[in-house]
Amino acid sequence: MPSTTLATLHPGEFATIVAIHAEEALHQRLLALGFRSGKQIELIRKASFSGPLQVRIGTTDILLRRSEAAKITVCQGAART
Amino acid sequence: MKRIALLGMPNTGKSTLFNRITGGAARVGNWPGITVELLSGKILLGGDMVEIIDLPGIYDLHGFSDDEQVVRHFLHDNVPDLALVIINATQIERQMSLLLQLKHLNMNLVVLLNMADEAKKYGITIDGKKMSELLGMPIFQLSGKYGTGYPEALQAITKALRYPTPGMAEQLRSQLEQDVHIEAEMARVLKHAVQIPAQLPENLTEKLDRVMLHPWLGLPIFFAIMYLLFQGMFLLGQPLQTGIAGLFTWMREAALAPLLGGLPPAVQGLLLDGIYNGVATVAAFVPLIVLFFLFMAMVEDSGYLSRAAFLMDALMARLGLDGRGFVMLLMGFGCNVPALMGTRVMRSRAMRLLTMLVIPFSLCSARLQVFVFITAALFSPKAAPVVLFSLYLFSFAAAILTALLFKSKFKNSEPFVLELPPYRFPTAYQIVMRGWLEIRHFLRRATKFIIAGVVLVWLLTNLPPSAAPASSGTLAGMIGDFLHPIFAPIGINEQLTIALIFGFVAKEIVIGALAVIYGLSGTALSGALGQQLDWVQAYSFMLFTLIYMPCISAIATLRSESKNLGFTLFTIAWSLTLAWLASFAFYQGARALGY
Repeated sequence: MPSTTLATLHPGEFATIVAIHAEEALHQRLLALGFRSGKQIELIRKASFSGPLQVRIGTTDILLRRSEAAKITVCQGAART
Repeated sequence: MKRIALLGMPNTGKSTLFNRITGGAARVGNWPGITVELLSGKILLGGDMVEIIDLPGIYDLHGFSDDEQVVRHFLHDNVPDLALVIINATQIERQMSLLLQLKHLNMNLVVLLNMADEAKKYGITIDGKKMSELLGMPIFQLSGKYGTGYPEALQAITKALRYPTPGMAEQLRSQLEQDVHIEAEMARVLKHAVQIPAQLPENLTEKLDRVMLHPWLGLPIFFAIMYLLFQGMFLLGQPLQTGIAGLFTWMREAALAPLLGGLPPAVQGLLLDGIYNGVATVAAFVPLIVLFFLFMAMVEDSGYLSRAAFLMDALMARLGLDGRGFVMLLMGFGCNVPALMGTRVMRSRAMRLLTMLVIPFSLCSARLQVFVFITAALFSPKAAPVVLFSLYLFSFAAAILTALLFKSKFKNSEPFVLELPPYRFPTAYQIVMRGWLEIRHFLRRATKFIIAGVVLVWLLTNLPPSAAPASSGTLAGMIGDFLHPIFAPIGINEQLTIALIFGFVAKEIVIGALAVIYGLSGTALSGALGQQLDWVQAYSFMLFTLIYMPCISAIATLRSESKNLGFTLFTIAWSLTLAWLASFAFYQGARALGY
């Protein structure tokens, strides 16, 4: 399966988190919000004018910027569980 | 006295629960991170008085933001006898990590699974008993919003308090290695006790968001909502204000004037023209303020603010700020003080300071009173709401300009990661509670600042006794003359200058001060203003009032939050400069165009 970053997903696409390459503080915050490797993530929508992304992990919806999303490696096309 | 701490992640309903339990007054909103100061309340539990402390919501006990540090230091310095852990039942798979972090500290815990009503709608079933067994702590499901599940929980809390407190472990700063352990434990408990459907059923939130967050419609809808809110406020609130002002005038003529007739003229003047006129003029705005905060409460509690952050982040990023900063600006429409305190969720100091620099330009409800009064007095009923909306646009423009000018001085690389809560519709109880809180806050300000302010204005406009009231011979006249060279180029006369000086204490005083200076209240005052000023002068005055230094409470908050006197003074100096320049450009420009 191809490995890309969260920033390149399109709305409605699912993926599985492979790794998070963020500095300590951001890493902690992402972990607390449910970003962990192996978790399934869905891209809900992208804001216009290169604005933030809305993603869903489990029952939590999270907003994050494209620059932050680029630090999260995902494996696209994961099977829906 | 035994002490209970409320702990949990942001936006889990801690403050709602706190209010339910203590009958207290913590501010509630559907926005993560609304509790920024510690609130405590005392209640009677099982025959003993117990203190309950509402701590700011945190994601992580080992985190680095200000609020996380506040909680850690609090727990470290004031080990509670019991920690009440509040968990949002709809997000239990994620929020349990905090609970397990707390468990590792060997604290005495009772767990409340809040929003049980919402979880049920999502189809999430939680076996409380099983979970209780696996974790070895009492667990209860309840709904803070509807108040179900309380008696059982309170009983358990009373019982748990009787046990002696186990000492708090010193290994607070134990590192990420623990998280691996936490993860395994989480998986074990979740697997055995919780069932979550793989795909959430499509709910109202998603349907609404498809429209509200639409790539092209989202922003126009946002501005339409804002415009309708302000329009509605003016159309509903202005007649209310006029009506009540009329009532106050009638009371003065029918009851107070004959009653006080026997007193010496100076005392009569101070009581009637000073205190009564000033306070009544300000008090006539109470219904407008209540209305405004009812609207604000609905917007805040609905969860739309996080959507606004989503829509506006792209613009804010170019200003060196982020979507949260925009939400703080919107919250500043209510009052700048909580908005300034709300910046605590930002970890980068540079971004926090830049946000604090722009918040005071937010058109707060106190300034709204001044503008409603003056626009109603100077503009036609059709033009007035549009004029008011234009001031909101100037409020944004001042914030945007300031951020653009200074963003290079406050460079930061703060990440923007924010939770998006589902839409929630506040109950009537919550809305009424919020309205009542704001009236109380307003009355407290009224007694603290407004009475003192209007008395001072009366003294300035009536001393020395030899001069005619409000003439150039009085102290106020002298100050006005002295400042005339500064304010004449922007079309602001001596009387308005005095009102502006007092507006520095609290913006509500501006109208109260005008009432005292002119010796008139209500409709008579608007009539006098309408005769003396033309619309260009009035608009210039409103622009200056909008932009110049925030009130004394906001400055005190700026000082305490920034912990930097230089920054605070800079904020004041910049706002005065910008206010003068904007009014100058407007006034001279309009005059040059022949208005």
